Amino acid sequence: MSSRIPLPYSPKILELFRNPKNLGPMKDATIQATAGSPACGDMISLYLKIKRENNKDIIEKATFESYGCAANIATASILTEMIKGKTLEEAWKISWKDLANQLGGLPAIKFHCSILAVGAFKRAVRAYYNKIKEHPSWLPKDLTREEKQTYEEEELIEKFYKKNE
Amino acid sequence: MSVKDLLKAHGEPPREVYLDLENSGWVPPEVVNAMIPYFNEIGYGHPAITHKKGWEAYELLYEAKEELVKRIGADSIDEVVFTHSGTEANNLAILGTSLANRDKKGKIVMSVIEHLSVIFPAEQASKLYGFKPIRIPVDEQGFINPEIFKAYIDKDTTIVSIQMVNHEIGTIQNVKELVEIAKDINPNVIFHTDAADAFSKIDFNVKDLGVDLLTISSHKILGPRGVGVLYIRKGTKVEPILRGQLSVEKLWPGVENIPLIAGFRKAVELAFNNFKGNVSKMRHLRDKLMKGILDNVPDVLVNGPMGDKRAPDNINTAFLYAEGEAITVEFSLRGIYVSSGSACSSRVLEPSHVLLAIGRKHEEAHGSILFKVSRYHSEDDIDYVLENIPPAIERLRKISSIKSNRRRTERYF
Repeated sequence: MSSRIPLPYSPKILELFRNPKNLGPMKDATIQATAGSPACGDMISLYLKIKRENNKDIIEKATFESYGCAANIATASILTEMIKGKTLEEAWKISWKDLANQLGGLPAIKFHCSILAVGAFKRAVRAYYNKIKEHPSWLPKDLTREEKQTYEEEELIEKFYKKNE
Repeated sequence: MSVKDLLKAHGEPPREVYLDLENSGWVPPEVVNAMIPYFNEIGYGHPAITHKKGWEAYELLYEAKEELVKRIGADSIDEVVFTHSGTEANNLAILGTSLANRDKKGKIVMSVIEHLSVIFPAEQASKLYGFKPIRIPVDEQGFINPEIFKAYIDKDTTIVSIQMVNHEIGTIQNVKELVEIAKDINPNVIFHTDAADAFSKIDFNVKDLGVDLLTISSHKILGPRGVGVLYIRKGTKVEPILRGQLSVEKLWPGVENIPLIAGFRKAVELAFNNFKGNVSKMRHLRDKLMKGILDNVPDVLVNGPMGDKRAPDNINTAFLYAEGEAITVEFSLRGIYVSSGSACSSRVLEPSHVLLAIGRKHEEAHGSILFKVSRYHSEDDIDYVLENIPPAIERLRKISSIKSNRRRTERYF
């Protein structure tokens, strides 16, 4: 309807869209975080179950819900697969590009889906340490690129609504 | 990343129902057959060269124009110009008229829901020649209020462009009434109507409407892509906007696309063969699909009007809590091909301007799906679509995070 852009998805994206892994809310989640909004057309909710072993915070289980396009669903799903079993510190290092690579590539116009998924995860990690009132030394004080861009996307749409009220 | 792999992963659905006739579509076999000889048997010459193959091409062009003249009620074939798409015809209408009236300048009045091939050229006319583009509002079903319209027309109005049928939400505008209002206030107004979605679906006649310019597009009537038509009433000042060697068309340079025009001509003939029957069949399928959706899927909004003031082929519904692009992919896996009003394709966050103009919120526009039926669809096709829509939407809503996230949800819904 508006401008159209070809979106040749990878077979992996289609596969995860068809059969998403780790889908659905988690009742006994340690922490939950959401990034994006319905107005953006993109929203990811992430649920993490975290256990502490030998002073390390390990992601025991990760699930997601996604309101968004096929790429959005697939990036959220692949993220939960990639972080499962990792410590928060290890998982923090996963970038939006790692997700895209794992999916067999993302169309450039869909990079923001991957950024949003990582943004949601990093938001969950920060929320977790806020909750238990700790700040591990590896956790940067400044926002990472994915976190910043997630905020930007959310702010953009809020501005739009304020302007049109 | 290869598209071949994507298609392989997609697989063959059990049945295919193509309902994305807004964006393009198949052409009936009769239309294909009408084109084939013009590629390598007859009329493959240039229509303005003096040899048999050229004259054959010219004859086809001439006949196609005569057919059009008859269908729209024009005076002569000199009033019909072929371009290579509806977008080009709209560009010629707006920019060609602006160019011819560049000394006069003034306002270009159009509705907020015009096709982008009208809105963007009007903006271009503003940049290039200093015209003032004005987009007038529509109500929540896409209708222009004649009283509001009247207030926008004055001595300074040079061009008015109002779509006869909106391409996304199917609103049928009362063009005749708007022409009367505009010409009553200012007889010099040049009135253009984009009839791409009206031609062969709504009964109209250019004389009766009183318009000066009118756009038709081949692929909107199951003709091949690559043919557009601009009707230009005799005496209307339009200048060519592309430059090059002119041939039969004095306003559109380049060699006329004879095989495609042969297909278009056939498509016109087929569409008008049983005009009333075709329209009532489309209307029946439209209503069946619309009712089936509303009866079987909760949380659905209809975009655009219902009943007689809606184009007979148009269904547009917003499936709340599901995102449009995901819906098109999910439907595709089930063999149902549609398009969405979503903007999930960019960070620009700009869904369909038509849906926003009728007051849809972003999240409603994102979940909007456009279906277009044709006389070739069957009851079984619609039954198949209706069997698949509820489970498809349910699956995506289950994946969706909206309902489980109260904080955000309440704010937007």
